[in-house]
Amino acid sequence: MPTLANQAPGTRCRVLHVTGSDATAQRLMEMGLVGGTEVEVVKLAPLGDPMQISVLGYHLSLRKTEARRVRVGP
Amino acid sequence: MIATAVAPRPVIAAVIGNPNTGKTTLFNALTGLSQKVGNYPGVTVERKAGRLSVAGRAVELVDLPGTYSLAARSLDEMIAVDVLLGRYQGSAPADVVIAVVDAANLERNLFLVSQLLELSVPVVVALNMIDGAARRGITVDHTALSARLGVPVVPMRADKGDGVDALREAIGRVLASPCAPPVPEIGYASGLAAAVDRLEALAPSERRTTDAVDLSRPMLLRALVDVDGPAAERAARRLGAGGNETLRQARALAGGDVPLAGLESTARFAWARRQLAGTMSRPAARARTITEKIDAVLTHRVLGLLIMVVAMGCIFQALYAGAAPLMAGIDWVFGRIGDGVSAVMPDGPLRSLLLNGVIAGAGSVVTFLPQILILFLFLCVLEDCGYMARVAFLVDRLFAWTGVSGRAVIPLLSSFACAVPGIMAARTIENRRDRVATILVAPLMSCSARLPVYVLLIGAFVPDRTMLGGWLGLRGLCLLLAHLIGVFVAIPILVLARRTILRGPAAPFVLELPDYRWPSWLSVADRLLIRARSFIVRAGTVIAAIAIVVWGLSYFPRPAEVHDRFESERKAAPTAEARVALDREESAAYLSQSYFGRLGHAIEPVVAPLGWDWRIGASVLASFPAREVVIATTGTILGVGSDADASSDALQSAIQTTRRADGTLLFTLPVAASLLVFFALCCQCAATLAVIRRETASWRWPVLTFTYMTLLAYVAAYGAYHAAAWVIS
Repeated sequence: MPTLANQAPGTRCRVLHVTGSDATAQRLMEMGLVGGTEVEVVKLAPLGDPMQISVLGYHLSLRKTEARRVRVGP
Repeated sequence: MIATAVAPRPVIAAVIGNPNTGKTTLFNALTGLSQKVGNYPGVTVERKAGRLSVAGRAVELVDLPGTYSLAARSLDEMIAVDVLLGRYQGSAPADVVIAVVDAANLERNLFLVSQLLELSVPVVVALNMIDGAARRGITVDHTALSARLGVPVVPMRADKGDGVDALREAIGRVLASPCAPPVPEIGYASGLAAAVDRLEALAPSERRTTDAVDLSRPMLLRALVDVDGPAAERAARRLGAGGNETLRQARALAGGDVPLAGLESTARFAWARRQLAGTMSRPAARARTITEKIDAVLTHRVLGLLIMVVAMGCIFQALYAGAAPLMAGIDWVFGRIGDGVSAVMPDGPLRSLLLNGVIAGAGSVVTFLPQILILFLFLCVLEDCGYMARVAFLVDRLFAWTGVSGRAVIPLLSSFACAVPGIMAARTIENRRDRVATILVAPLMSCSARLPVYVLLIGAFVPDRTMLGGWLGLRGLCLLLAHLIGVFVAIPILVLARRTILRGPAAPFVLELPDYRWPSWLSVADRLLIRARSFIVRAGTVIAAIAIVVWGLSYFPRPAEVHDRFESERKAAPTAEARVALDREESAAYLSQSYFGRLGHAIEPVVAPLGWDWRIGASVLASFPAREVVIATTGTILGVGSDADASSDALQSAIQTTRRADGTLLFTLPVAASLLVFFALCCQCAATLAVIRRETASWRWPVLTFTYMTLLAYVAAYGAYHAAAWVIS
């Protein structure tokens, strides 16, 4: 199943859900990554990680370990 | 729920909002200069409060830590919730909550507002940074939004002071007739709502009045959703025996396999979208914002890194070189005060206490101020304009594998100039474990106070040779190596600390990259003053106290026979120079008789493996308040006077010629190497330890830092001594 972590910069996709129910998952959801939200991968940091995304009209950076927990679809 | 009765206590208004919404700027605009800053008891979270007058009533305004949600996970968030609900030791619940929201970012900001509205406290929404929203073509119909939310919504630009009066009026109206806002129709999934109903029904009726807050619907929802969170713990206790089991059953009822946090967040964002439908409009095609254009350069793969290195270089240079004249100035002032005291007071213990204890101690506190102010000037400006988040984004990968986040780069880099401001800068690291781990290794970075020790030892023992056609000096190379020792040691310590004493899941790195904007100079100046004051008051007292204790240990006892012996010799001395030389010998004799001198003798067996004798041992002990003091103590103990500095010829030649009792040279190359390595790694700095205590609110961490660094320094010095001896032979 595709996750946010393996989306290339420039990709637009839609969040399906965040896996898990721990503090990290909760924080990701509070930041707007809930089912149905549209996300755009803006760029990767110079060393390939973390990634910068645009969500709800603002910019957020998150590590790939966290992005892997965000299931996305077209 | 609302205290309508007129109470004799002052009215409390709490300011809350997401990070980067201009919350602090708004707070300053409302209160002006009437602020006091303290700590919440027992924790290191700062409590900032100010007074304002609204329609003739005195209101205490409390600035709460920035938070995205009331799901209290971090210490900051817990305090925000507790202050709102009046659960914080001795504080009353907020009479009105000012929710600061970013007009350009309403959808996400309304998430927190929805939680606030559920608490049934009067809310006023400050719709801040409307200029940024306008630039993006976003318009908000604040009247319509206010009607939907059922609370006042005041559009404003806190940085320009626009809308501040309107906000004050709105607060006044709410205080005049306090009423809870209508409970928002969040529209939770039916299971979640049912589970809250069931918990509410199960709550023992006699407790509903006494523990109303913990058993209120919003807190019961938190108890369900935030598994293992503080609300769950409280609710379980209030629900009586089997409370945890009750919660578990309610959770199963609510969501089955679906995480409850997902149900809650989805419902809240759907609610936010409903509130904004028709009240906010934004252009369909999003234009590239200024922030994105700046980011194209500042977080560019090559250019971005280059700019960051230059920026860090500038900060470092300013810290390293820019502070020097100011520190020299402070030294000069304290020197003149000392001269004044010695001119009017007779020689004796009281004068020595004032000169070498009190004045020197106070001087050693004030001397840190230039570096603290310079570093925080840069930090505040860069943080406010949004660049710090980019720095963390750029370098996070370098730090991630050690277990801390990219935010550690600033504290660690600053520590190369001085660990004191570096450790204070670690405040920007949100996760406590990351922050403490960073603080633990910050003193390993080679600070500028180690430089004189390096210069003295390298100058005395390393030949002034150049290599590679004059480009690389041997002394410079040694100086560079001395600076790198700490870095090489810090990496395994960081990894080890994060896997043992500070073990825990890696903190999520979920960081907002806010829009770039101009910093508010008032707010920058305000925070600089707060930092300076809190350093002087909290850390300064400890530093000065240690300076006085150490003075006592190196001054007492003063046997009369030393004085008598030198007094008779002084009478017989033919010239003034001879008398000065005798004075110096007398100081050396006193120091060797002092408690520190005796301690030096006592620990000689311990330091002998490092190639040291009692004199080096005593100098190192006496340099506990600050490592640079070792130069003056060595000067005193070798009889060349305490005013020797690192490049003084007298001290260099004394070091090269001093002999042990058996006639061999004391300072050989192996001894110099072991001393240099010891000072590169040890934590001989009372200020650092005092600041660690202040920043972690516990003696545990400074004690641990001192212990591990001293042990490490000892072992490494032992290794260096034997390695150097082996190389020579």
